[in-house]
Amino acid sequence: MSRQLTYAEAIREAQEQLLESDQSVYLLGLGVSTPTGVFGTTQGLVDRFGPDRVLDLPAAENGMTGVALGSAIMGMRPIMIHQRVDFAVLSMEPIVNQAAKWHYMYGGSSTAPLTIRMIIGRGWGQGPQHSQSLQAWFAHVPGLKVVMPTTPADAKGLLIAAVLDPAPVIVLEHRWLYDMVGPVEQELLPATIGESKVVRAGQDVTLVGCSYMTLECLRAADVLADHGIHAEVIDLRTIAPLDFETVRRSVDRTGRLVVIDSGHIEFGVTAEILARIVESGVVLKSPPVRLGLPQAPTPATAALADGYYPRAIDVLQAVTRQLGLPSSLPWLTDPDAEFPKDQPNRSFTGPY
Amino acid sequence: MSESVTTTLIENREITLFRGMLRIRRVEEAIADHYPAQEMRTPVHLCVGQEATPVGVSEHLDARDKVMSGHRSHGHYLAKGGDLRAMIAEIYGRETGCSRGKGGSQHLIDLDCGFLGSAPILASTLSIGVGVAWALKHQGTDGVAVAVVYFGDAATEEGVFHESVSFAALHSLPVLFVCENNLYSVHSDLSVRQPARPISDMALAYGIPGITCDGNDVLSVSQVAAQAVSRARLGLGPSLLVFDTYRWLEHVGPASDLELGYRSAEELELWKSRDPLQRLRLRCRANVTGWDAVEQRLETEILDEIVDAFSFARNSPFPDISEMLTDVFPISGVTP
Repeated sequence: MSRQLTYAEAIREAQEQLLESDQSVYLLGLGVSTPTGVFGTTQGLVDRFGPDRVLDLPAAENGMTGVALGSAIMGMRPIMIHQRVDFAVLSMEPIVNQAAKWHYMYGGSSTAPLTIRMIIGRGWGQGPQHSQSLQAWFAHVPGLKVVMPTTPADAKGLLIAAVLDPAPVIVLEHRWLYDMVGPVEQELLPATIGESKVVRAGQDVTLVGCSYMTLECLRAADVLADHGIHAEVIDLRTIAPLDFETVRRSVDRTGRLVVIDSGHIEFGVTAEILARIVESGVVLKSPPVRLGLPQAPTPATAALADGYYPRAIDVLQAVTRQLGLPSSLPWLTDPDAEFPKDQPNRSFTGPY
Repeated sequence: MSESVTTTLIENREITLFRGMLRIRRVEEAIADHYPAQEMRTPVHLCVGQEATPVGVSEHLDARDKVMSGHRSHGHYLAKGGDLRAMIAEIYGRETGCSRGKGGSQHLIDLDCGFLGSAPILASTLSIGVGVAWALKHQGTDGVAVAVVYFGDAATEEGVFHESVSFAALHSLPVLFVCENNLYSVHSDLSVRQPARPISDMALAYGIPGITCDGNDVLSVSQVAAQAVSRARLGLGPSLLVFDTYRWLEHVGPASDLELGYRSAEELELWKSRDPLQRLRLRCRANVTGWDAVEQRLETEILDEIVDAFSFARNSPFPDISEMLTDVFPISGVTP
């Protein structure tokens, strides 16, 4: 049975049910048992499960990731939480050198079932060190699974799948999705890691997004449909291992591809998808387009964020270019041009 | 207890300790002897001269206890009861190796004896070992099992050393931090890396016992380790043990490295005069009836075991090329 929950509520529910069903599951992270509870996603859990299973930590991301890993190789199922991806950068050593390679480098004799939640910030002046989107870093390392849930249902299902998975899984949650509402199954049911989903069918162009950028694709698809252009939208859901086949099949039909990512364009998710499309021999009707962050750190000021973050309008413009339509079409003017691109909606008043 | 029974127990204990150290020494020497044949194509960090620490510590451990180590781990693995054949086969890159040839000398594992892994990134297994201790505490084996992490002096320079010790102290976790201070990180002298104070003093900052001990005297090592293990088993928390010792061979590889000039022949000779084997041998000669014959028997037994292990390794197949892409991810489908 499903109900309407926010993305944040879905994450909280997944963790609560996991803690309830399996004694080996525990949460750890700076602030997990404090009143704000990691943007609400761990709120109140310490009251029910106690401080050893909802474990507040010292500010020591490297060491504490090693602790989580050590408990995982002993059969525990830790869920480590970073309030910003940027702090997890301090823990790249145990993630990349140890957890990712653990199963392989010990010849398959040991496993490291570690789940690490990291939250991607964006906007409201969070700037260079509070809003990075580093999925490509993690996806580049063999042995790590990387999931990026877009919907509340996936926020729950993919987190459950991550915890049940015997491999280390990085779960990247976009902060702008936290208040999104959608149907969520009441039961403790895992989604499938490594499966993309066609979230809107169409035959004229394939739009590939992940996480928050899938929403921008859907917004663009709505506008395109109003003008008789039918876009197929694919939500990647998992970055690694990548379900490329779903993308290939779609592009094989549409012959056009726009990929949009919340991370940097260079050497990133969009680059990987385009490379595979080229290698696959799919015949394209027009050159594919990548959208993402330019090769510069994230500026804090809203004035510069305007040119920094891609939005639905950028997808629209890319598609119409591919179709050879004039750029002067009235619906290619951004209706939100005056609206700052560093806040999710008009009601948001900050700060993060 | 009669005097003769006590004497026998002391004799047996000293023979066991001597055997443990001799076995590590002869295994390392055998690796060094065979290394030039280019069949062991993996960096080996040999621990000749440092045998007392793992043997003295392991005297107080059993299979329930968990051990992790760093790059110079052969002695720790063997002293804990790690399978010799699987270790040599690993160094030879064979599929019968403890990590099926995928880890090499720096990634030894033997889950049956509680040796959970070793890794060359300094101090990295410290935090993992603390996580193991966390699991021991919360899986209900606290008060019984302990975790031991071995590392070198340079690992205490890493931030994660401090993060790990602090957390273990905060939660009174059953873990021993065992530092083998051999004075050099590769070729860099301790004096250019750390202020002049005992490494063990850092324990004071975390409110746990910190002890410096002669790491070339296996009986002293054993005594210090006994206290730390019993503290941990009683739930009283971690200890930092620093054993002063010295590596006789080069940082990595089978040879001497005096020609590099970063350390002197005199210094090496001084430490060789503190040879942990020779020191126990002198005691044994005084305490153990017919010692020379006993030692000869130990040499023969160990040589046989080493010959067998090298023969096993060299006769084992290499992993098939198809294994290159297996074990990247464990098989999914596990339910809670």
